[in-house]
Amino acid sequence: MTLYSDAAISEIEKHLAAWEQTELAATLKVRPEEKPEYRTESGIPLKRVYTAADVADIPPGDIGLPGQFPFTRGPYPTMYRGRPWTIRQVAGFGNPESTNQRYKYMIETGQTGLSTDFDLPTLLGLDSDDPMAFGEVGRVGVSVDTIDDVDRLFDGIDLEKISVSLTINPSAWVIYAMFVAVAEKRGYDFAKLTGTLQADPLKEYVAQKEWIYPVRPAVRLMRDLIIYSTKTTPKFNPISLSGYHLSDVGGNAIQEISFTMAFAIAYCEEVIKAGIGIDDFAPRLSFFFISHQDFFEQICKFRAARRVYAKIMAERFGAQKPESMRLRVHVQTAAMSLTKVEHTNNLMRTAIQALGAVLAGCQSMHTNGLDEAFAIPTEEAMKLAIRTQQIIRDETNVTSVVDPLGGSYFVESLTSEMEREIWKVLEEVDRLGGAVKLVEEGWFQQKLADSAYATFKLIDSGEKISVGVNRHVDETSEAAKVEIHPYDENCTDLQIARLKEVRARRDTPRVHALLSELKDQARTEDINLLPKTIELVKARATLGEICAALRDVWGGYDEPNIV
Amino acid sequence: MTLGRDEDKMAGPEPQPTPSIRVLVAKLGLDGHDRGAKVVARILRDAGMEVIYSGLYKTPAQVVDAAIQEDVDVIGVSLLSGSHVPLFGALCKSLRDQQADHVLVVAGGVIPEHDYDALIESGVDAIIPQEAGSELIITAIRDLVAARGRI
Repeated sequence: MTLYSDAAISEIEKHLAAWEQTELAATLKVRPEEKPEYRTESGIPLKRVYTAADVADIPPGDIGLPGQFPFTRGPYPTMYRGRPWTIRQVAGFGNPESTNQRYKYMIETGQTGLSTDFDLPTLLGLDSDDPMAFGEVGRVGVSVDTIDDVDRLFDGIDLEKISVSLTINPSAWVIYAMFVAVAEKRGYDFAKLTGTLQADPLKEYVAQKEWIYPVRPAVRLMRDLIIYSTKTTPKFNPISLSGYHLSDVGGNAIQEISFTMAFAIAYCEEVIKAGIGIDDFAPRLSFFFISHQDFFEQICKFRAARRVYAKIMAERFGAQKPESMRLRVHVQTAAMSLTKVEHTNNLMRTAIQALGAVLAGCQSMHTNGLDEAFAIPTEEAMKLAIRTQQIIRDETNVTSVVDPLGGSYFVESLTSEMEREIWKVLEEVDRLGGAVKLVEEGWFQQKLADSAYATFKLIDSGEKISVGVNRHVDETSEAAKVEIHPYDENCTDLQIARLKEVRARRDTPRVHALLSELKDQARTEDINLLPKTIELVKARATLGEICAALRDVWGGYDEPNIV
Repeated sequence: MTLGRDEDKMAGPEPQPTPSIRVLVAKLGLDGHDRGAKVVARILRDAGMEVIYSGLYKTPAQVVDAAIQEDVDVIGVSLLSGSHVPLFGALCKSLRDQQADHVLVVAGGVIPEHDYDALIESGVDAIIPQEAGSELIITAIRDLVAARGRI
């Protein structure tokens, strides 16, 4: 079946041809177009105008209805009518108490989900007193050394009632262990815990560049986490496959989605190899994409991603449950698009990107603070960011109709075009031996570095416009006087004092015995490392000790040198 | 890894071309944001400089050792983690300790203006703003080296 009869399409094509010879030709004669060709940011050519002829070949089943395979029009049948997206601003800095205070402020301001940024030592599995942690403790996120820090972080916050997203990567399994142990101590029902770990190691090696171990052990840890979490905390997402970072290091929209899907395939294969059925874990895989500047390409990106994912899960992995095929996505607006020059313009940039994400059907969103080009956002900047989402949600009426752009000739045509481009990349990845091997070889890294340099050259030449920076430059505008979120200089000392106290008070021989048991387990392929890790965090082993123990077994990671 | 220089750039009217500027593009501390560092490495290479990229997660001492070993004119460090004040402080101190403070230090990344004075005081020679285009980056490095003189 097709959407239009052949007769209707040939009528439309005739009409278009006639229009091109009359109205269009006459206009071009007096007013030529500004550019010889128009393209999306990822390079897909754009027509002047789209008609039914451009969507005539799309099978109606590819478009479908919301909440139904292939989910092009949205993961749920009622979308924002049933539940608005979650306003989830990420925050994290200093000691756990400082971040906890910010959470309480943001909940009061109307935020509906929490999201934690950790500092670099925590992300990389180092304790605050590690020499490599010098100058970094509590800097770009909150510092966590032991289970007690996780307890402090969520002090006075009911984890059965609010979902918690944890932006943690190579050390994700330890933070998850601490989270579960705190939940147990507080007597929570594990079935009511909701939230998300970012985890996603493969994107780390190619984009965000936080790693502890070589690629394959990191993927095994991911496997253990997925298997343990889906059984123990069934409403918790153990992974958020993150295209955002791929974009952040220079990837375009096609690369963002196709690479993310290649990684999703690799994780699914790994878990399935351990004997778990696809429908037993796939419903808990979640995603994280950017909402960038090319408005329509971004909207179509989300629609194409949902369709591609549904087909991968159904056709490649034989998933049966609709939940296994339904792509749910958290969105962040594009930090890369923000400028220090005339930084208040960032509010407009962010609002437009946020609107795009809503029209594209996101489930949760972080809108950037207008000062994020400078430092960690201030409270005032976060309030404006939350207000941006509230204005879209409560004032514009865009939430009343599901997939309001569905059926647009242009949007459907570009969605299908992007889908084709994504499949091409996935076929190439398969042909070259799969995502894990290509990460080890630096294949993705090279593509992203090339793309970043190409983008830089476009900005440098002025072809890619940044208002206030390379176009509409106001020579008189002075450097912005921005209030910068202050760094707490005492934060490191406090974390180190607490570490010393914990190490003095705990049963250290027992911790060492448990650590050597963990190492033994890591030497096998099949033992899930989560139960032992949970035992360890309860015994007050530190994050750094646990991560170091496995580094003894697996070694570190040497990045292929790609520039 | 040393990036090969474009040989065409060598062909010029000068009878005795000065040796090309050697730059170590480095990442310091735990900051994994390497997009900017890699782009800058390519810009400098395309401008005829010899560029070495340190890779990630280097301590100040490791960067200084590499700078001495590679005999570079300039260390360019891109930092987006907010830890620039302590890390540049340690880097410049280590350069002085090793009697290598003839090596110029250029800072880039996300560095708020109110930290500029502290960085310059600790020994940083130039700070490149975030929005800088290729010309500004290349000129800043050439000017610094010209002012110092070739060693």
